Amino acid sequence: MENNHFDTEIIKTKNVNFYYGPFKALTDISMNFEKRKVTALIGPSGCGKSTLLRLLNRMNDLIAGARVEGEVLFEGMNIYDPEVDPVEVRRRVGMVFQKPNPFPKSIFNNITYGPRLTGTANKLDLEALAEISLKQAVLWDEVKDILGRSAMTLSGGQQQRLCIARALAMKPDILLMDEPTSALDPISTAKIEELIDELKKTYTIIIVTHNMQQAARISDKTGFFYIGKLIEYNATEKIFTNPDVKQTEDYITGRFG
Amino acid sequence: MTRHQKEIIIKNVFFILSLVSILILGLIVVFLFREGLPLFREVSLRDFIFGMEWYPTYSPPSYGIWPLIVGSLIVTILSSLIAVPLGVLAAVYISEIAPPAIKEVLKAIIELLAGLPSVVLGFFGMVIIAPWLQETFDLPTGLNIVNASVILAIMAVPTISSISEDALYAVPNEFKEASYALGATKFETITRIIIPSALSGISTAVILGMARAIGETMVVLMVAGGAAALPESIFDSVRPMPASIAAEMGEAPFRSGHYHALFATGIVLFLMTLAFNLIADYISQKFKEVGSATL
Repeated sequence: MENNHFDTEIIKTKNVNFYYGPFKALTDISMNFEKRKVTALIGPSGCGKSTLLRLLNRMNDLIAGARVEGEVLFEGMNIYDPEVDPVEVRRRVGMVFQKPNPFPKSIFNNITYGPRLTGTANKLDLEALAEISLKQAVLWDEVKDILGRSAMTLSGGQQQRLCIARALAMKPDILLMDEPTSALDPISTAKIEELIDELKKTYTIIIVTHNMQQAARISDKTGFFYIGKLIEYNATEKIFTNPDVKQTEDYITGRFG
Repeated sequence: MTRHQKEIIIKNVFFILSLVSILILGLIVVFLFREGLPLFREVSLRDFIFGMEWYPTYSPPSYGIWPLIVGSLIVTILSSLIAVPLGVLAAVYISEIAPPAIKEVLKAIIELLAGLPSVVLGFFGMVIIAPWLQETFDLPTGLNIVNASVILAIMAVPTISSISEDALYAVPNEFKEASYALGATKFETITRIIIPSALSGISTAVILGMARAIGETMVVLMVAGGAAALPESIFDSVRPMPASIAAEMGEAPFRSGHYHALFATGIVLFLMTLAFNLIADYISQKFKEVGSATL
């Protein structure tokens, strides 16, 4: 939390509390996320890490009875300001979900769904965008000849990379990933991890993961959550070798959680 | 008795039970054809289907059911034009937009609508809609195509709405989340993701609603007017096939030409509903996305 240079931070939370009805899911979270870095959020189930992730693109708005206190500043603007349109926020902050969730449409139509919403209708533009996005997601070579086929025919790992490509087609500033590999086999997982390493050159990535080795492998900074509180937020290397807080060490070494 | 033998017995019991319903259906179809087909010793198929005159009690009688077929079709089509938008949009509203309190009230009302006996609806058409139509449009009678279509639409809306609603609920939440996360509004998510994903179910709902309308007897008997002539406007009276069968069966002498003609009309009606179901099946297959991968 010591890094306050404006040019390196892209989104930050300030004293955020979050409630599902009467249940307080997050308590006083203040976190800075740095530009073009991978930040991992770890912690046992129910600790609030996914909730925090979904706060950053206002996906929690869709849950009845959810309530936010505090501020989430995206490039200095509070995205929970009543003036802000959540649709605009979600166009700039992309999301990849735990379970691959392509639409029951063709591969091409999956990729171009978002850009079409923003008014890109030219077929050549859309084709170019589809190619770029699929190449970025390292899926192009596998699907370039079957773009018209239903996305549902792809394997789970391919579907997840398609979902990443679909999010990238919106040219977001930030990519949120909610346990993107937890439903995948080890080979697909390795592919996604390589992909994340490549993507961080261009995008800011915030990833929730249950897999601590994964956090250690791919992230620059790691935040450890426990029962709705941010226990420790530090460089990944420090968290995994010499954490400041005893609880973090206990969790990482498998003494609880 | 070994466990394996038990399994075989259970399997066969279920097989026989499922066979019973198929058998009964088969017997009904056989009966329908046995009583209907003898008509064609008197009349050719072409004269029966495309004959313009339905005078079954004249001498010599004429058994042309084209006006009846047209009557059935026009009433069904017009009622679908009313019921499909109402039913589908009501389902979209209930499943995707309505706040919980309104949703419960609406669902209860639509279910109530489904529970109304058709004779009560027919009565409503005769006493309320018919005089209104007659006065407003200055017609000789208010018992006509429009009246029957409106009442049939009221009957078809609950069918269309509740089946569409089930189809809409079955759209996985993941699709909706993915759409919102890409910056789609609620309206865009409904029109571009939710409805297309539920399209096979919605088409089934529409076809079943239409099948309901074409087979409905009491309403058309009461409010369609009963004129066995080709209609020239939607304010003319018609005599749809079920109305004709219901009205005349009691008077037709057993195994007379008239009797066989009514059964043959039943065959036509049966084939039409069968066609509706096949179309529903075809559409739902066509819109179904191939393969499910991990989802």
